[in-house]
Amino acid sequence: MTKENKGQSLDTIPKLLARNAQLFADAPAYREKEFGIWQSWTWAEAEQEITNLALGFLTIGAEKGDHIAIVGRNRPYFYWAIVAAQMIGAVPVPVYKDAVAEEMAYVLDHCSARFVVAEDQEQVDKVVDVMDQIKTLKSIIYLDPRGMRKYDRSALFDFHDLQKQGQATASEKLSELKKRIQEQNSSDTCVMLYTSGTTGRPKGVVLSNQNIVETGRATAEFDGLRSTDSVLAYLPMAWVGDFIFSVAQAYNIGFCVCCPESEETMQEGLVESGPSYFFATPRYFEGLLTSVQIRMEDAGRFKRWAFHTFMGHAKDIGPKLLDGKPVGVVDRLKYRLGRLLVIDPLKNSLGLSRMRVGYTAGEAIGPELFDFYRSLGINLKQLYGQTEASVFITQQKDGEVRADTVGTPSPGVELKITDSGEVFYRSPGSFVCYYNNEKSTKETKDSEGWVATGDAGFIEPESGQLRIIDRAKDVGKMKDGSMFAPKFVENKLKFYANILEAVVLGNGKDTCVAFINIDLNAVGSWAERNNIAYASYQELAAHPEVYQMIQANIEETNRSVATDPFLSGCQIHRFIILHKELDADDGELTRTLKVRRNVIEERYADLINAIYDGSTTVSTETEVTYEDGRKGKISATLEIRNTETFERKQVAA
Amino acid sequence: MNTQSYVTADGRTIGPAVMEMKNITLRFGGVVAIKDISFDIRQGEIRAIIGPNGAGKSSMLNVMNGFYHPQEGEVMFHGTKRRAMRPHQIAHQGIARTFQNIALFKGMSTLDNIMTGRLTHMKSGLLRQMVWWGASERDEVKNREVVEKIIDFLEIQAIRKTPVGRLPYGLQKRVELARALAAEPKLLLLDEPMAGMNVEEKEDMSRFILDVNDEFGTTIALIEHDMGVVMDIADRVVVMDYGKKIGDGTPEEVRTNQNVIDAYLGVAHD
Repeated sequence: MTKENKGQSLDTIPKLLARNAQLFADAPAYREKEFGIWQSWTWAEAEQEITNLALGFLTIGAEKGDHIAIVGRNRPYFYWAIVAAQMIGAVPVPVYKDAVAEEMAYVLDHCSARFVVAEDQEQVDKVVDVMDQIKTLKSIIYLDPRGMRKYDRSALFDFHDLQKQGQATASEKLSELKKRIQEQNSSDTCVMLYTSGTTGRPKGVVLSNQNIVETGRATAEFDGLRSTDSVLAYLPMAWVGDFIFSVAQAYNIGFCVCCPESEETMQEGLVESGPSYFFATPRYFEGLLTSVQIRMEDAGRFKRWAFHTFMGHAKDIGPKLLDGKPVGVVDRLKYRLGRLLVIDPLKNSLGLSRMRVGYTAGEAIGPELFDFYRSLGINLKQLYGQTEASVFITQQKDGEVRADTVGTPSPGVELKITDSGEVFYRSPGSFVCYYNNEKSTKETKDSEGWVATGDAGFIEPESGQLRIIDRAKDVGKMKDGSMFAPKFVENKLKFYANILEAVVLGNGKDTCVAFINIDLNAVGSWAERNNIAYASYQELAAHPEVYQMIQANIEETNRSVATDPFLSGCQIHRFIILHKELDADDGELTRTLKVRRNVIEERYADLINAIYDGSTTVSTETEVTYEDGRKGKISATLEIRNTETFERKQVAA
Repeated sequence: MNTQSYVTADGRTIGPAVMEMKNITLRFGGVVAIKDISFDIRQGEIRAIIGPNGAGKSSMLNVMNGFYHPQEGEVMFHGTKRRAMRPHQIAHQGIARTFQNIALFKGMSTLDNIMTGRLTHMKSGLLRQMVWWGASERDEVKNREVVEKIIDFLEIQAIRKTPVGRLPYGLQKRVELARALAAEPKLLLLDEPMAGMNVEEKEDMSRFILDVNDEFGTTIALIEHDMGVVMDIADRVVVMDYGKKIGDGTPEEVRTNQNVIDAYLGVAHD
């Protein structure tokens, strides 16, 4: 890298901040909508705010190496807290804000947090509850004072007061702060992020300045990001992706981070801020597509006709235009007309008009869904990554975007595939270690620096792109020896607007079966249009006509699965529509909404037995946990249906 | 009359009486809705009025905000006897209310509905507003600021531009509270703020009521059916039955009052 020498002085986030405050002094660094208006802070202002906060941390006795937990939704103040913590040599630990008190206590205890920066009463309450148990915890800094007038003030600090306190000590403490900033280098810890833990307790991933700063720089250059770009920060701050996009890349390039007004106004924030660089989970894109489909069902005949005509055409032409492939004049004109009538207005109403680069990852994306966005002319690409890699392992280059692969290795990343099919990587972004967990560190990262991803995949010989099949431990064999890859089928199922979540089972069995969660929005709207009355999710899910509809979706999926030479054995033979939505509060999903298979297999063992022993109905009782931690039970009698399966296609010789 | 200030267990200062109802009797023709009731509401407290259906609670609230004029008795506001007034004059005195059956402008957005609550604070007259530029514009910006703070406070940013007719019931109730708050009332009257809500919505609403009282120091009088809620949030409770006052005191006192227990649980008539 050519910047190696100059990079000497730009090897930490606080040093990048100092540079940005000079270079982009008057350009916006943060925007947030508050009181109905977008407020903004320039890089120079942001530096001032962050410095004041860092000085404030010093006044309350924060030491080098302390862990400072940060719990809140995406707001500039919490990003400042991250960088302020780094300035004084402390380690920021963003924590999932929707974690229940017990989960939060585990994390605070595990990292021996000394300070917590919390958003509001709700978060402060969770921390206060466990304050006695966590001896290291010294004080809480809160942003929103509402409802806390009567709280014991001895261990509580107001965020803004702390900044003022810090500013007042600037004359004496600023040199100390500057010294601390200069002392740090690329090998110091930049941030600690807890993995969502698909299995077992969350682990604290220690990422160094080198990991973060180098990854941020290399990947931002890869996509040609510019200081005039902007992102919408709405994904959990505790998730590595947000840290890379909203901190690492933003500070490297100097682009603007926009924060929506509240969680519910994310879509509005997207439309208003019109980000040029955007990341969203497949679930988000699915939800968006579903809402478009629902709205089109309700639209008038002309609109429906225009939508189907032009979107059908764009499906072929859009991706070709994006990739710069030759397209005939007539098709170009028709696409232009489609843009005028359908595509541009649609993009505008979705907030995707200015989007130059978009990524999705986290879970494999259904090809049909992916094609929809590409046909709109949105340069949506896939990347493959994990916390331990500072996100990036592979990503797709412009012009080499495909639905079924996740791209070629990111800058500086080496890949290898073991005989068992598991993907390993080695990169500048590879994590330092799991905090206080040498055993897990050794299991994951070997002495040569190769890190196990836990995913099974292969590199396509012709394109060099990586294709991920499934979690290595989830990939199994059917009884007849053919490959069982549940996610492959689940993703196909989840493309249907009616299906929110699907879990395919069948490892070691003769046949595959599925549990289905209906999408209440889509199915509810369908029920309304068809005069079907229902009182609850459970009742709607059990409706015979809903079963009929889902069965048709599954049979269609089976037809498409049958054409895959390796995975045709994964067709669904029987299915149940579950009586409740899979929920992170019940441990069925991770906080990032990935299915926890082992939990599902345990909780619904009775259903699995029934579905394989040929019963047509099954009675069950399921324990559920409410948001406040109380428990209750749901009981139901569920129907089990058979579905049609199709002849396996022979692999062409 | 209570003039002594005191501090509650949770650290709030309760001042002297803001409003006193003295021997109020209200009749509609031959029907006696309220019979000789006296009680007071003190500065900074949350005062609940409870009672079975038809006990006269809403009538009482209507007397308090000047919509009904009692045939006997007097209403003292800040120590002086209140003369008969039109409701809008009462509003100017700093009393705002919400309604049992939501009374919002269904076709208007949440924001516009809340803005109507600022009416008493708008300075520019009709002609000025027609010209718009200048004083009237500044006036609106200032009022909008207050409204936006309330929207933030009640966490309804996401529905700012949604017509209230399309909102679920629980949210409409919250918008109504927002509109009442927009008047920056000294005394806030809430008529069954939690009627028809589910447990979660009730918890949210309770939190907002406590926060309003805590944050703005607003004195609140509320009518409520849900005993659990009342006992949790009220400082003092008046209990009414058939237009009469049958109990008055802290939730604990009221809970153990035999008359109240009889009225709520029923009593065998010999």
